[in-house]
Amino acid sequence: MKLLGEDIVTETGEFIINMGPQHPSTHGVLHLKIWLDGETIKKIEPHLGYIHRSIEKMSEKMSYRQFIYLTSRMDYLSAHMNNQACALVVEKALQVEVPERAKAIRILLAELSRIGSHLLWFASVGLDLGGVTPFFYAFREREAINSLMEENCGARLTQNFHVPGGILEDVNPDFQKRVKEVIKQLKDNFHEYDEILTGNVIFQNRLKGVGYLSKEDAISLGCSGPTARASGVVCDIRKSNPYDGYEKLEFDEVVLTGGDSWARYQVRMAEMLQSIKIIEQMIDNMPEGDIVAKTKNVIKLPKGEFYQRVETARGELGVYIVSEGAATPYRCKYRSPNFANLSAIPIAAKGGKIGDLIAIMATVDLIIPDIDR
Amino acid sequence: MNNEELKNSITQILPSATFDESGEFMSVFISSEELLPFMKELRNRDELFFDYLFCETCVDWKDHLMMVYFLNSKTHKHNIVVKAKITDTINPKIESVYDIWKTAELNEDEIFDLFGVTFLNHPNLRRLFMPEDWPGFPLRKNYVDDNMIEL
Repeated sequence: MKLLGEDIVTETGEFIINMGPQHPSTHGVLHLKIWLDGETIKKIEPHLGYIHRSIEKMSEKMSYRQFIYLTSRMDYLSAHMNNQACALVVEKALQVEVPERAKAIRILLAELSRIGSHLLWFASVGLDLGGVTPFFYAFREREAINSLMEENCGARLTQNFHVPGGILEDVNPDFQKRVKEVIKQLKDNFHEYDEILTGNVIFQNRLKGVGYLSKEDAISLGCSGPTARASGVVCDIRKSNPYDGYEKLEFDEVVLTGGDSWARYQVRMAEMLQSIKIIEQMIDNMPEGDIVAKTKNVIKLPKGEFYQRVETARGELGVYIVSEGAATPYRCKYRSPNFANLSAIPIAAKGGKIGDLIAIMATVDLIIPDIDR
Repeated sequence: MNNEELKNSITQILPSATFDESGEFMSVFISSEELLPFMKELRNRDELFFDYLFCETCVDWKDHLMMVYFLNSKTHKHNIVVKAKITDTINPKIESVYDIWKTAELNEDEIFDLFGVTFLNHPNLRRLFMPEDWPGFPLRKNYVDDNMIEL
């Protein structure tokens, strides 16, 4: 049997279907080609390129002040952390010391974006599995975080708040008061999330034992972030290679050994509480002083190769810059967390039912523009 | 292991390897023919045990292509960068490391797509982002496109 010139039934009787690129639960233009035996998944092949913008090629023509802001369009939910990685790689190459106040503001906003990103994931995991109400609960708090971002950075999603050497401008005078309000709202309402979704038996049964990813597979597939930590891999960059002063903060790296969708769910829920803990430690003792270190107008990196990694909401983002001493990078490579985590889906879903694929995709939490770049 | 100990172990495996310690991670330069047996040793020897390939990419140096592998050991917490030089830029070929690290599958698809490097023994080599009939390889330095705008 053929459809549009392609076989849809293989010789061994497997049925081939296409999921995406326009599918509500793939969160973007992800196209998965799936080989099915009845309802059982035999093989998955991801097809990409629907939102490929060639950010790496564009970066080769941009100055070190400009290329930072392209990365906001990669993982648009961790735009702040992506920018931070690029700013840090330039600072590392120039050996610039970032002022303490700038570091504190960077971390505060990064942790707020991490919470905001996990809240959107919480909203969509409920929505994908058939519950509409969690979406409104999570967006109530996410809206507060986005408004706070807008007041201070001027933008809600793509903050573009970093410059090499620090941050663009100082935060509002009422920043501390507003952050405390947002955190209080989040803490007061957090029990509602557990009540509506975490404790729900139907929801638990959709996730428990579904999409198992072993520790060996997670390491071999290059997974990072909550996806890998749910399989027992210790991989938090904030702990292993601290940057911008994370080494002074007290927080736990959430590592579970379940490896299934339920473990991935629990890791993200626990990470939100850890981010709140970080913010509470910092907000009352923000250092005063400069917000940006002095750098030259035209930044030229010394000849060599530089690699910087940060922990975004979805895992390890690496920026690899090859410099020839010019004002633009010779080669700029982004090691994006979602690209590696994508390869976990075919392994985790193999042998399972097609209905469970939605649960797996929801808990691996992919952002497609970060895969395509 | 620190860099000195890594150097000693690696010289035992491959005496012809050269080192560069100027960057954050130590780089090991090898030729593309030696890649697969060398990588297998890095992965399987207990004292090295590089089990995590966290970044794989390619750099076009106009007269040659350089494959770059960032390796990390989750048990021993040491890092290394392996660089394999491909001298043939017209028809570049190198062994796939998919048998050692499964993350290589998509990474090598991407490098094949954007640099035109053919990976031998790759399970499913295809153009990942660009259309199948796209002319040229966009991340090569000699790539030209009539619609490209100079920034």
